[in-house]
Amino acid sequence: MFINFFYELKNAKIPVTLKEYLTLLEALKAGVASYSVDDFYYLSRATLVKDERNLDKFDRVFGTVFKGLESVAEGATAEIPEEWLKKLAEKTLTDEEKALIESLGGFDKLMETLKKRLEEQKERHQGGNKWIGTAGTSPFGAYGYNPEGVRIGQKESRNKRAVKVWDKREFQNLDDQLELGTRNIKVALRRLRKFAREGAEVELDMPNTIRSTANNAGWLDLKMRPERRNKVKILIFFDIGGSMDSYIKMCEELFSAARSEFKHLEYFYFHNCLYEKVWKDNKRRHNDTIPTWQVLHTYAHDYKVIFVGDASMSPYEITYPGGSVEHWNEESGEAWMRRTLDVYPHAIWLNPIPQKHWDHTSSIGVMRQLMEGRMFPLTLSGLDAAARELNR
Amino acid sequence: MKFTGTESYVATDDLKVAVNAAITLKRPLLIKGEPGTGKTVLAQEVAEALGRDLIQWHIKSTTKAQQGLYEYDAVSRLRDSQLGDDRVHDIGNYIVKGKLWEAFSASPAPILLIDEIDKADIEFPNDLLQELDRMEFYVYETRETIKAAERPIVIITSNNEKELPDAFLRRCFFHYIKFPDPDTMRQIVDVHYPGIQHDLVREALTIFYDIREVPGLKKKPSTSELLDWLKLLMSESFTPEQLRERDPKKLIPPMHGALLKNEQDVHLFERLAFLARRADRQPPQ
Repeated sequence: MFINFFYELKNAKIPVTLKEYLTLLEALKAGVASYSVDDFYYLSRATLVKDERNLDKFDRVFGTVFKGLESVAEGATAEIPEEWLKKLAEKTLTDEEKALIESLGGFDKLMETLKKRLEEQKERHQGGNKWIGTAGTSPFGAYGYNPEGVRIGQKESRNKRAVKVWDKREFQNLDDQLELGTRNIKVALRRLRKFAREGAEVELDMPNTIRSTANNAGWLDLKMRPERRNKVKILIFFDIGGSMDSYIKMCEELFSAARSEFKHLEYFYFHNCLYEKVWKDNKRRHNDTIPTWQVLHTYAHDYKVIFVGDASMSPYEITYPGGSVEHWNEESGEAWMRRTLDVYPHAIWLNPIPQKHWDHTSSIGVMRQLMEGRMFPLTLSGLDAAARELNR
Repeated sequence: MKFTGTESYVATDDLKVAVNAAITLKRPLLIKGEPGTGKTVLAQEVAEALGRDLIQWHIKSTTKAQQGLYEYDAVSRLRDSQLGDDRVHDIGNYIVKGKLWEAFSASPAPILLIDEIDKADIEFPNDLLQELDRMEFYVYETRETIKAAERPIVIITSNNEKELPDAFLRRCFFHYIKFPDPDTMRQIVDVHYPGIQHDLVREALTIFYDIREVPGLKKKPSTSELLDWLKLLMSESFTPEQLRERDPKKLIPPMHGALLKNEQDVHLFERLAFLARRADRQPPQ
């Protein structure tokens, strides 16, 4: 009966499986969520979400799928003070309608009927399946004399509603689509470390061999284990200057913190697009440059290359010779990019600009094409995907 | 059998629902959250509330899944055989029960806490899939199957150091303990120190949440640190007034050692205090 909800979750890219859905139904049947929307929300959350990064998405889906239901279910069972009803009616009824009410036997009689109706509804709802109930009629609506369709349930705020809980979206910060901040750096570091430790071969595990040989009553029992050596070699090219400065500082910190994990980590700076010169010290960028050819010849092709830059510039800076804003370049940036990618097949581009804005800047599109789509946003999940790509 | 929190533990509604779902369906409950928000304590409190035994299995980086089931002590068997001990003929004498076995054989079903599961090797949760799902395992040495007569309530905590495999997650309920809001925090303090001055708590909580807002802290203070700090404040008989005087020169709260556990964090605060002092001396133009 919550199939729709289930598919909405799947559409929102929350990894839910049939088994979890069945567990939810089983728990409902066992009466864990005893007839309250709050409990149902908590239960479905505990059953279907297994990672705090998805909690925010879950809240959003829950909010859309079950919109409106909470007011029906709880409005009908709430005790409504009589004066309050009167007030509401007086406020919203026109004179003609009041006259109509009079003809039906007066306001007091009407209130009595209304109360009785509420009583009935209360009992029926306590009987079960409250929030799936189709009775979407507010008590006022049933009489049909409220032109504005004021729903009693929605005005009432005695209970702290579940809708408030999920509308607050408290888990927003845990969503890994967010940009990297100091708070997330630690986690990002861990991802990078994981990346550095992979690609292992096996080696002889001495302590384990001795132990299992002893267990084997003296018969030799060889044990192997994956080698845990840092063998990832990395070249990083940072786009520096202007809008990129704040990001570069963060990235430098990030990668230098992860430095001990990599066997080799070398970094170079460039401006906007890679041309024939790079530099290592930004203060002396005009006198102390390194020819890009030298970089390509020095570092073997098993290095993995990471570009960090916003790739936002005039498209001419990439595609035309002489397009650079800083100097006259004999060959186009495109040629240099291609050359670099030929030497280093494992290369990715990290872009601090949020992915949804990428389409608005044509140079990003050009660069993405050059990178064969291997451009990732500078977020936790982006780093993850980038590491996966580099490990291929 | 329902868990509704205990006298010494404030459980939020969502936590109660998650715990009760795990109790009712007898599936493991995975708990995550910031350090110091009461993940491990939860298992102890559930055990106490339900009047069951608590079996704790603390995971280290070297822990193997097999150790939770049983271990075959071949070395002492070898030694016994050389000494001519009669025990040597029965291999069952050398099977040492693990925590899971203990939990499976106890009656009534106990609470099993698997603490900090992310500390172990990345394959660890996978190795426990069948055992936690079916609550049974096979002992090769004695050729017997151990099956839980009553399924124990399994509570697993994780600090998020490693990602857990999907197959494992599918079999669990999940709850993320979020950092308590000031209201819940006040309840928690009340539960731990009944009769504490309300003014003191209010001032202390203001300072506490302010500290958590300071950007760049390496380790944000959490519930357990707040409780320690309040204890210190009480034993040193600080008054609410002392806490309230927000002299910018004394930006670092009294007894900050209980809240800031990191040298760099203390430095950060000293630097902020220094800046505040300087701003005092030279009013902005």
